[in-house]
Amino acid sequence: MSEGWIIGLTVLLPVIGAMAVLLLRNAPNAREAATLVAGGATFWNVWGLLRLVQDGARPRLDLLEVVPGVHLAFEVEPLGMVFALVASFLWPVTSLYAIGYMRGHHEENQTRFYFFFAIAIAGALGVAFSANLFTLFVFYEFLTFCTFPLVTHHQTEEAKRSGRIYLGILLTTSVGLQLVAIIGTWVLAGTLDFRTGGILAGTASTGLLSGILVLYVYGVGKAALMPFHRWLPAAMVAPTPVSALLHAVAVVKAGVFTVLKIAVYVFGIDLLQTLATTSWLAWAAAATIILGSLVAFQKDNLKARLAYSTISQLSYIVLGAMLANDLGIIGGGMHIAMHAFGKITLFFAAGAIMVAAHEKKISRMHGLGRTMPFTFGAFFVGSLSIIGLPPAGGSWSKWFLGMGTLEADQYGLLAVLMLSSLLGLYYLIEVPVKAFFFAPPEDAHHGEGIKEAPLPSLIAIGITATATVAFFVWPDLWYDLMTMVVGGAP
Amino acid sequence: MSQNLPALLVVVPLLLAPLAALSGRAKIAWGIATAACWWTLYAAISLLLRVQESGVIRYSLGGWEPPYGIEYRIDLASAFVALIVAAIGAVTIPYAGTSIAKEVSEDRAPLFYTAWILMLAGLLGIAITGDVFNVFVFLEISSLSAYSMIALGQDRRALTSTFQYLIMGSVGATFIVIGIGLMYVMTGTLNMVDLAERLPMVESNRTIPVAFTFLTVGITLKLALFPLHLWLPNAYTYAPSAVTAFMASTSTKVSVYLLLRFFFTIFGEVFSFEQMRLNMVLMPLALIAILAISLVAIYEVNVKRMLAFSSVAQIGYMVLGISFGTVLGVTAGIIHLFNHALMKGALFMAMGCVMYRIGSVQLDKMAGLGKAMPWTMAAFVGAGLSLIGVPLTVGFVSKWYLVQAALAEGQWFVAGVVMVGSLMALIYIWKVVEVAYFQEPDPDHEIIEAPLSMLIPTWVLVIASFWFGIDATTTATVATQAAETLLGAMP
Amino acid sequence: MIALGLFNYWAVIVLMMVGFYTLIARGNLVKKLIGLNIFQTSVILMYVSFGKVEGGTAPILIEAAEHGAEAAEPILYSNPIPHVLMLTAIVVGVATLALGLSLVVRIKEAFGTVEEDEIQSASL
Repeated sequence: MSEGWIIGLTVLLPVIGAMAVLLLRNAPNAREAATLVAGGATFWNVWGLLRLVQDGARPRLDLLEVVPGVHLAFEVEPLGMVFALVASFLWPVTSLYAIGYMRGHHEENQTRFYFFFAIAIAGALGVAFSANLFTLFVFYEFLTFCTFPLVTHHQTEEAKRSGRIYLGILLTTSVGLQLVAIIGTWVLAGTLDFRTGGILAGTASTGLLSGILVLYVYGVGKAALMPFHRWLPAAMVAPTPVSALLHAVAVVKAGVFTVLKIAVYVFGIDLLQTLATTSWLAWAAAATIILGSLVAFQKDNLKARLAYSTISQLSYIVLGAMLANDLGIIGGGMHIAMHAFGKITLFFAAGAIMVAAHEKKISRMHGLGRTMPFTFGAFFVGSLSIIGLPPAGGSWSKWFLGMGTLEADQYGLLAVLMLSSLLGLYYLIEVPVKAFFFAPPEDAHHGEGIKEAPLPSLIAIGITATATVAFFVWPDLWYDLMTMVVGGAP
Repeated sequence: MSQNLPALLVVVPLLLAPLAALSGRAKIAWGIATAACWWTLYAAISLLLRVQESGVIRYSLGGWEPPYGIEYRIDLASAFVALIVAAIGAVTIPYAGTSIAKEVSEDRAPLFYTAWILMLAGLLGIAITGDVFNVFVFLEISSLSAYSMIALGQDRRALTSTFQYLIMGSVGATFIVIGIGLMYVMTGTLNMVDLAERLPMVESNRTIPVAFTFLTVGITLKLALFPLHLWLPNAYTYAPSAVTAFMASTSTKVSVYLLLRFFFTIFGEVFSFEQMRLNMVLMPLALIAILAISLVAIYEVNVKRMLAFSSVAQIGYMVLGISFGTVLGVTAGIIHLFNHALMKGALFMAMGCVMYRIGSVQLDKMAGLGKAMPWTMAAFVGAGLSLIGVPLTVGFVSKWYLVQAALAEGQWFVAGVVMVGSLMALIYIWKVVEVAYFQEPDPDHEIIEAPLSMLIPTWVLVIASFWFGIDATTTATVATQAAETLLGAMP
Repeated sequence: MIALGLFNYWAVIVLMMVGFYTLIARGNLVKKLIGLNIFQTSVILMYVSFGKVEGGTAPILIEAAEHGAEAAEPILYSNPIPHVLMLTAIVVGVATLALGLSLVVRIKEAFGTVEEDEIQSASL
């Protein structure tokens, strides 16, 4: 089997898994086993590809020509590898978590849930491995549509409204702005391939290219740059595993990944530095960072708070891309992984609290830490990573992003990063602190009969929390991949 | 026989039509209509292959040499349009068998199928003829049969909307005759090739711009370009389901072909666009059609009517492509001609399935249909995604070429309008999706899935709309070549 | 004089406008059809006028033998093609009218009126 077909198989495995889920719909245990097996196999495949990429190979698979000159094609390069690793590793972990959550919560239509979940992962891997802008866009939209049934899983009036916002914003930005930019690129450059150094340099005036850059960055609605962020809080009506994997990892990371990829392989760092809008967009990202944190502050609903925290954190990566230097790109790329592991831990914990204690509001979680120490302990570790404090992986990506701002002589942006961390320190650490040290509210009925979440969920939380700490000690995997992206030695 | 294939393409259905009328039994008439549709599909495919292989086919009808006789002249554009018409006919006729049996009474059915065959013959005739007056004749054959088929709709408003269509359609046709007459009086010929040669010699005469104007108005009326679209929504809404599907995918498409034929082959791109400034008229109208009519579609609660308005907006896309007057733009127009035939045909057929089972296509009656008729609604969503322009569907390919044509001309604003239009399509398609999938069905009514004989044709079109979206190289190549021939006629 | 020389065309335009106006302005469906027919007829007249050649005769081939010496002078024919075209147009016009009238009959059955405004209020 050639290397190319390993890629095809990797993207196809989740789909096969989804079909198996559909076939086994009457046997829940077998169905969930199928999900886990497919997840494990997918990750194993990605791991195999990682070895190739680390050796400097760039496996490629040309599927077909869609319109003359435009191909549906896959190519694995280090940046995509980062995203694929994160998504494919966290899929089986989340599936494990979902088994406990969905059963503990007595959710309906679980088959549909697992089915679209697997399909969405295929979409995310497609985004990660895309060899050109067209393929990227295809899977980007694919991801939007196949996560829609997950967001509206409960089929309530609220779910319908949120589904509208979700689809509305994501499609408006992608079709209205991003697609125009892509076709503009095709007209200007005559190619859509991702190439080191970019394809747009010298094809048009810097004014026009600056405009295209704005179209791209705002057009990737999944990166949730304000004012196109509303879909993310809206998507929180979904079951928690969806929020955890898709709206902290797969979907949102597909967004920021796209921004990074476009910055590095379509524009190229050198060209980015000459464009007028680059620093302007960096400040737009900085504004989102601060505003997102401030809104997160005011949210009493834990999932909503985490959602706004995600919006804020995503803009770190956009900021990294718009710094237009190696350190910024490295920091941004590492933050994809670090934030993913940290944030998924937080969401897992939030879901565990919901299943075990049926509490969504932070103000009602006081004192819960004594009955659910493991969950809140994991939440604490995740928070550290998001804030960027040792001993959690997030501190490395923030370190590089900070270095990047200095390299770009943007001390203001450095201040923004600091301020946002301080805000994060408050709005995230507040949760475990109050849970551990505050007395439970008078009318709270917890205490009696509440214990930790179901075992599969706890295992999943344990895995991600451990990984978060482990990446503080061994961040090399991500760092090496990102150095390859910016042209360093592997 | 293969020599006379161009004539047989039209003559066979014309001969079969009276047989269907005389048969007296719905089933037999349907069988004859099926034979006619499948024959034309075969003939259209072989003609397209032959044109691709050996270039333009010229066929003198009855052996009379042009300019004395009528000439059939088949180039890539005509063969392509003929293929679209024949293919849609062949797909919709099995569907019509079931749906018409329910919507049209047994004693009228043979006449209905006669009209169906005649309409098919008329549309094919327009596509392949090389004689402008013959265009008019075929146009009226297809229009008159269309009127009578629409009038057979169940709702009594079908009658009034047919009357409206008849009046406007006849005015359009008469305008076309006037235009043809003025061209004839200046050049002394009705043959398209001769006209193209002789018109430049007399184009400084004031008669020619007048002829051009009459033709433009007449054709745009027939193709329902905003603001001359008023006949279309009612006609499509109240016609029998199969007729709506057939008409929506063919008759306006053939009119768009006529527009191309007259503006590019006969008058020539230079005269049409540089002297008459056609783009100054067509482009704003197309843009308004896209925006304003999509907005109307959003507020429509009868889904068939909503799709009809959407058709007017989609015609805007085709005309927009043509209005650039470039190879890329015309390519986009021709591609969308084909693509829109696939997706709108599928959408109307899905609505026909709904009509068949619940007897209404009002939005509020469709609650919970996602569960009750899963295959029908899945087809609707599939074709709807195409209408929105999701990647890997034909709708995306259309948008790809259209926006590319706009950006190549530096028209970023126009590209934006195209995108806004597809987002508006998202809104009106999603309105249906929400009702069908998020609302609980009425428990009093037991609704079951549509019969297979209707589902299969619907799905054929849905699958085609994905197939040609995933591999659009064939359509794109044919459309590009067709556009090049059209524009290449005048160096 | 020029205006008079184009008398036929003036008549065509007047008829055309009369027909077109009736078609648009009248609310009675039968009158609309009459308007449509006048409109179409004006076009027939226009075509026939195109074909007319001053002093021309009907385009029937006359054997030279019958004419004898006179045949040296070429016979002037009117152009037959517009006439032939109009035969087709007349057929189309008749078919349209027949279809239109039959529609009106059925509209009368279904709505009980042939006035446009009354039909509109009836269909609401």
